[in-house]
Amino acid sequence: MTVSNSQSQLTNMFALPSEAPAPAGVSSRRMFLKLSGGAGAGLIIGLAAPVPGLNGSAQAAAAAGAAGNLAPNPFLIVAPDNTVTVIIKHLDKGQGAATGLATLVAEELDADRAQIKTEFAPADAAKYKNLAFGVQGVGGSTGLANSYEQYRSAGAAAKAMIVAAAAKSWGVKASDITVSKGVVTAAGKSATFGELAVLAAAESIPDKPALKDPKDFVYIGKSFPRVDSEAKSNGTAKFTIDQQFDGMVMAVIARPPLFGATVKSFDAAAAEKIKGVVKVLQVPQGVAVLATSTWIAIKGRDALKVTWDDSKAEKRGSADIVTAYKALLDQPGAKARSDGDVEAGLKAADKIVTVDFEFPYLAHAPLEPMDCVIRYDGSTADIWTGSQMQTLDHGTACAVLGLKPEAIKLHTVWAGGSFGRRAIADCHFVREACDIAKAYGKPVPIKVMWTREDDIKGGYYRPIYVHRIKAGLDKAGAIIAWQHRIVGQSIMAGTPFEAVTVKDGIDSTSVEGAASLPYAIPNLRLELHTQKAGVPVLWWRSVGSTHTAHATEHMIDILAKEAGKDPVAFRLELLKDKPRHTGVLKLAAEKAGWGTPLPAGKLRGVAVHESFASYVANIAEVTLKDDGSFKVDRVVCAIDCGVAVNPDVIAAQMEGGIGFGLGAAMKSAITLKNGAVEQSNYDDYDVLRMSGMPDVDVHIVPSSAAPTGVGEPGTPVILPAVANALLSGTGMRTTVLPMSRQKYKGQV
Amino acid sequence: MPTTFSVNGQKRTVEADPETPLLWVLRDELKLTGTKFGCGAALCGACTVHLDGEAVRSCQIQARDAAGREVTTIEGVKGDVTAAVLAAWIKLDVAQCGYCQPGQVMSAVGLLTQIQKPTDDDIDKAMDGNLCRCSTYHRIRAAIHDAAKTLAG
Repeated sequence: MTVSNSQSQLTNMFALPSEAPAPAGVSSRRMFLKLSGGAGAGLIIGLAAPVPGLNGSAQAAAAAGAAGNLAPNPFLIVAPDNTVTVIIKHLDKGQGAATGLATLVAEELDADRAQIKTEFAPADAAKYKNLAFGVQGVGGSTGLANSYEQYRSAGAAAKAMIVAAAAKSWGVKASDITVSKGVVTAAGKSATFGELAVLAAAESIPDKPALKDPKDFVYIGKSFPRVDSEAKSNGTAKFTIDQQFDGMVMAVIARPPLFGATVKSFDAAAAEKIKGVVKVLQVPQGVAVLATSTWIAIKGRDALKVTWDDSKAEKRGSADIVTAYKALLDQPGAKARSDGDVEAGLKAADKIVTVDFEFPYLAHAPLEPMDCVIRYDGSTADIWTGSQMQTLDHGTACAVLGLKPEAIKLHTVWAGGSFGRRAIADCHFVREACDIAKAYGKPVPIKVMWTREDDIKGGYYRPIYVHRIKAGLDKAGAIIAWQHRIVGQSIMAGTPFEAVTVKDGIDSTSVEGAASLPYAIPNLRLELHTQKAGVPVLWWRSVGSTHTAHATEHMIDILAKEAGKDPVAFRLELLKDKPRHTGVLKLAAEKAGWGTPLPAGKLRGVAVHESFASYVANIAEVTLKDDGSFKVDRVVCAIDCGVAVNPDVIAAQMEGGIGFGLGAAMKSAITLKNGAVEQSNYDDYDVLRMSGMPDVDVHIVPSSAAPTGVGEPGTPVILPAVANALLSGTGMRTTVLPMSRQKYKGQV
Repeated sequence: MPTTFSVNGQKRTVEADPETPLLWVLRDELKLTGTKFGCGAALCGACTVHLDGEAVRSCQIQARDAAGREVTTIEGVKGDVTAAVLAAWIKLDVAQCGYCQPGQVMSAVGLLTQIQKPTDDDIDKAMDGNLCRCSTYHRIRAAIHDAAKTLAG
């Protein structure tokens, strides 16, 4: 498949070819295909930036061209020194992309783990696009899914060439050669990859190299330790913030106190008097202070006097927004799913249960704040950042600096977390670095830093959502009607992705997880009210499922309780034609000893949810304390993500997803008062710490299905599992988040 | 006014304003970037270093308060405890994004230097100030226990 390679600045479009297969595990941030109208529909995404082309001077390309290297495709380089460098096309922000893609190459190449190195690819959509997106970038847990055959094939091609070279050189048949752990052997002879690299490079590149039978896998499904553990533990891994260049200046920006406000005027006199402040500049984002050190830049910013024009700013408080949203729960919204006749079902019900839910704004707060380093000399530029959407970031830099794609090198570096924050349609942190560099006009490297306060107050939050679920039970306790209304802000509106992800008033990311409700309910309707607010919003790890999983899975337990049924049995009854939901639910229940007695004061809760085509069940064990607080002691997690490429990375993502989801569920909220964000740092935007982390016990369902993602699906299930445990023990419902807003007391 | 202190066993003199947080002196002046910035307010622990052997948040120590003292960063921390901690971190593949991990390692070395066989409660107390947004806490705990076991021989 090829990206529409028109370099015309007029077209400004990426085209996904009609034959593009939809890899398994492509949803929501796999937006590009989901709503394309099925196979065959040519999908065009309009972008406000030119399409970047080849980045001809990339270090990878240079290395590939070096004498003696075997580099049959853009994904690996076998060098005479016996190293195998895997070129990683996606950002690794902790999810293990580098390790995962290296595992695939090493598997088919039969390389030794110790000879594998990794390097991030340059921005080059033609070579390194995400096959699920059509542009270079990662998100929606697509990283491994879209690369599974591509990177295996890359390794297999190189192995075939090495084997062919050895066969020729030793005068033996290729079929008599074995390759294991980077050593090629036949008839008493042996050689390393490095020794054969030069000869192998002269062999023809196989078009469709044979891939291994999964039964012969030595790494996939087994063990392949992370490629980045050592450098990340001993402090040598370089993030954006760690880039060092002679003569570099540091920049911070005074940003508007209200979303939508702009600079009216500013007085830089006091800032400019501070020794080390080199320049104060107005940029579209605010007022930038450039200095010889980060600390001086921050001090300079503190000394600025900026008058803001807030005439167009959002001035509502978050409580006002919630109130406005709640008023809409009484009115029908745009239909996102409709099965049967929900009114008739509700009419026929023996019992009706109505529950409203409120979810707050959430910040991602990755530990490395947003940052970007740029060196721009008027005709060329280098940019270093944790770029999650390389094609968009690179295109934005081209547009802002007015340079051709080949004049800008985008260097992707390790990112200190993202959780969605670095995959951003407006590319704002690359854009502002370009704006500053352009305004400064000197060819020195500039590092633009966000402080934690900038990050917490800076928007791009998981939107506020309110839900109402009205469900009807019949006399036997079966759910015969389910009416679900959601009100919230659209993540996709106003982005280049809107055209394909918002259809008939439905932003698919607002309803995902609710629209796919797996339970056999004859009469069901899902409606959405999309509202506007002047607060920038963004996908947050697991996107729509951050709220839909809780509303639906907590409601199921509320209904099971009303019907007097066991929550696991109640679900299994409704999931008879859903084998993968059933599989994870049964596995988690068995491993957690569901139904066995618990010590006094301990509670157990269950939830199951599919997101990003992976299926996850959690059983949470919770200790309820006398003061109404609680501690989650242990979580048993079962996941079905198809072929488990790297089981330990999968376990790590489940552990991390659970911790991330649990912290937000228990403690986190961004609130606004008269438009101003009330939180500023990790003291008032509270997140999970060591003492709050439960034991996590991960079990993977064996599967031969195509692999799906694991970065996001671990996050959404823990909140309803914990809420369901507390419901079982206290009868209290968890309807207003975070959970710290109420004390859990009552019957135990 | 220049400030002189020892960093990883070497005497260093810096020209920074004496009020500059040690964090920024280490990162921007001495180019020791293993010590990370996460919050600037002693809330996240990413900037943890050892000052005269004790784990501290370098964002809260002014350069002048380090004068004449011994600062150890992730680049220079050594010894049996450090070796055991790093080995455990790598063995258990603790890191995800990895940004907090140098600070976690410095806090863990501090803990194991004080308490040879920490309990889960000891770990909670010593490590609660070190945030990990990837929530690798589960493995950090296991790695500290693992390192303690190695050190016990």
